[in-house]
Amino acid sequence: MPGDITTAQLSNGLKIRLKEIHTAPIISSWMWYGVGSRNELPGKTGLSHWVEHMQFKGTPTYPGGKLDKLISREGGSWNAFTFLDWTTYFETLPKNKITLAFKLEADRMVNSRYELCEVESERTVIISEREGSENEPLFKLGETVQKAAYKTHPYRNEVIGEKSDLTTIQRDDLYNHYFSYYTPANALLAVAGDFNSTELLEVIREQFDKLLSHQTPASPVKKEALPEHETRLSISGPGETTYIQIAYRAPSGNDKDFMPFTVIDSLMTGPTGLNMFGGGSISNKSSRLYRALVDKELAIGVGGGIQATIDPFLYVITITVNPRHKAETVLAALDNEVHDLLEQPVSQKEVERAIKQARALFAYGSESITNQAFWLGYSEMFADYNWFTTYLDRLSTMTPKDSLAVCQKYLVDSARVVGFYIPAIAGGGAE
Amino acid sequence: MTGKSAFCNTLPGPETISRTRLSNGLTALIRPNPDSLSVVVTGYLLAGALYEPDEKLGLAHYTSLALMRGTRTRDFKKIYAGLENIGASLSFGASIHTMSFSGRALVEDLPFLLQLLSEVLKTPTFPQEHVEKLRSQFLTGLAIRAQDTSEMASLVFDRMLYANHPYGRPEDGYTETIKTITAQDLIDFHASHYGPTGGVVVMVGPIDPKQGMDLIAKHLGDWHNPLQPGEPFLPELKPISGIQREHTAIPEKAQMDLVMGTLGPSRLSQDYYPASLGNNILGQFGMMGRIGESVREKSGLAYYAYSNMSAGVGPGSWEFVAGVNPTSLERAIQLINSEIKRFTTKPVSREELSDVKANMVGRLPLAFESNGGVASALINLERYQLGLDYYQHYEDLVNSITRDEILSVAQKYLHAERMIISTAGTLE
Repeated sequence: MPGDITTAQLSNGLKIRLKEIHTAPIISSWMWYGVGSRNELPGKTGLSHWVEHMQFKGTPTYPGGKLDKLISREGGSWNAFTFLDWTTYFETLPKNKITLAFKLEADRMVNSRYELCEVESERTVIISEREGSENEPLFKLGETVQKAAYKTHPYRNEVIGEKSDLTTIQRDDLYNHYFSYYTPANALLAVAGDFNSTELLEVIREQFDKLLSHQTPASPVKKEALPEHETRLSISGPGETTYIQIAYRAPSGNDKDFMPFTVIDSLMTGPTGLNMFGGGSISNKSSRLYRALVDKELAIGVGGGIQATIDPFLYVITITVNPRHKAETVLAALDNEVHDLLEQPVSQKEVERAIKQARALFAYGSESITNQAFWLGYSEMFADYNWFTTYLDRLSTMTPKDSLAVCQKYLVDSARVVGFYIPAIAGGGAE
Repeated sequence: MTGKSAFCNTLPGPETISRTRLSNGLTALIRPNPDSLSVVVTGYLLAGALYEPDEKLGLAHYTSLALMRGTRTRDFKKIYAGLENIGASLSFGASIHTMSFSGRALVEDLPFLLQLLSEVLKTPTFPQEHVEKLRSQFLTGLAIRAQDTSEMASLVFDRMLYANHPYGRPEDGYTETIKTITAQDLIDFHASHYGPTGGVVVMVGPIDPKQGMDLIAKHLGDWHNPLQPGEPFLPELKPISGIQREHTAIPEKAQMDLVMGTLGPSRLSQDYYPASLGNNILGQFGMMGRIGESVREKSGLAYYAYSNMSAGVGPGSWEFVAGVNPTSLERAIQLINSEIKRFTTKPVSREELSDVKANMVGRLPLAFESNGGVASALINLERYQLGLDYYQHYEDLVNSITRDEILSVAQKYLHAERMIISTAGTLE
């Protein structure tokens, strides 16, 4: 499990988290911003993700191609991700080259150019990215289900944004979004690897202390109550395969219910990995839903997962229906399993199994320094790093009673969305 | 470049890798990683799709995925409950030459993982009920594949590039062939092809090499299969003539996938290294090299556009891949062709070569930060007989490649007027 970390905050508000790991001669640096699709308004969805793309287009000091080359030349690995609550940029480099990452991040936090021609060229790249996703039936179904799961909360939108917004967003929209949220007071730098924390902190200060900060816009998010009625929807499209998605409202990452919910997740569809790099996952063939649906040949596959978020997001179960059965039959079998959970507390043995699985997944994820640096910052986006360090301990205190209470609170029909993807040519399966 | 990178001594080498050839022909490699809490066990046997007949395409894949459905001592439920209760994993698959396995567990559970690996490799029972369940899953998988523009463009590309050659066949078969495979076929394929000769097991984690070797010998050292065939003879391939183009129509797809390319060097060829560095410049370095720069960055035509060399023990391929809107397809092909022509006409610049050399050497420590990364590297050492000190000499090897050598392999393999072009999606 994660060990000691150094925490600091610069006078401009930039938060810093450092963790020394001396197992390999590399350092991974992650710059996190508290902005994601959660901070977007209708008509401007996809801004955060597009801004992330523009951040690779360069500054006067580091023009686009140069930036890319500098990292790649050192054998570094770098990328960026935009999520509901955050946007993050990472560089993993040989340890003697890490200053380069700090220089680049300090520079592009304030000096990105957003040239009009680059904005237009990236518009078509992002539309192409979206069109690639649209090729997948599960993207289409997921997008429809997610939208139906909230009335107004921005979690209803896919991070990449609506296609109509991607065609109308202008350069100034992007620059204003960047200017508003990319400021030291809204950022956190998480670094893990082979360094001395005191020395590294000085290197970081040198690069970031000079940056001026300003306030970020007030959050547009209003809390949204649980739905009062179940929503069922159906879309159709090409292919021969029927899919079902069931989305329940889940607890937020920092909610006390999150831990018991991870036990339910592990029990129903197999544990969700917390590792972004090198952690892998484990199969779910002994999970309750695999046994009830796939073993019994009602489904070809089943999976599910929860994500730690600022506001309550979704626990989504995805089922690939066996073409010999109707989707409604498969849904009824799932409902039987959910009903059991609402009636019977899970056994102590099942809780212990979830703990052991989490311990193994942590061990796998710990091997990667990049992954450890990811954890260091990720947990700070919805809680703090203690969330991670105490994860297994908190999981160990779960009881069957806790799990029952959580099931009864969240796994209710009235608060869920059920979506079907029905292939246009197959008519929804035989029986 | 002068001198060796500071990380040379931390790279896997003869001082840290233990290698033993067991008397039954199985090779074991172990590299300890005392900083880790878990262990990776991975490897392969010479039981890939090369050995299956045309009418049973998918047999090797089917066999490998059915191994975990039951053994003489454990049924499906017991196998997966045993694994998943301890957060461990063990998975199987098959490619052209080999079937492969990959497992991981907390180190305290290593004995169980090896015991299970040994059982499923040596004594699978292929229960009829599970063979049928798997068939349903495969057939749905193939229906999903038929809708996947990327997979279909790639499948048809391989079929055209490797015409009348085993490499042109999809490892997961076709609907018609999967329907004909019986439980007895799986039993027979296992009985006549699974065995230790030519196989490799790699273990990486917080383990003492001697204890690790003893465990491997205990579980797999007594395994023999006199029926195991040697690696089969591969027919000669005909060079590509002209432009051969095929489109796979898949309705209602917003994006089209393009795979174009030609034959490339084998991993065992002297051409591999100059081609590999050249390919890095052409379609990988930074944001996907010259091709990414032209198709994505300058023209905004695609989210991804890159080149890729697929090089194994047989003839490799050199591919150019892009996902584009159908209206941009011809333009993307033109841009890729322009880059191929430039690459085959003029040597790469000194700066480009220096950049990719630094990149290929500099990224090694990142590749070795996890047990899984080290295990993959060890598998490559053995599969291509690179020598245990390969990664320690890798920097010299990379730095010895010249611009002229890259131009020479580019001209040998790439010809814009002789290409396979495979597309899949919805034409306007």
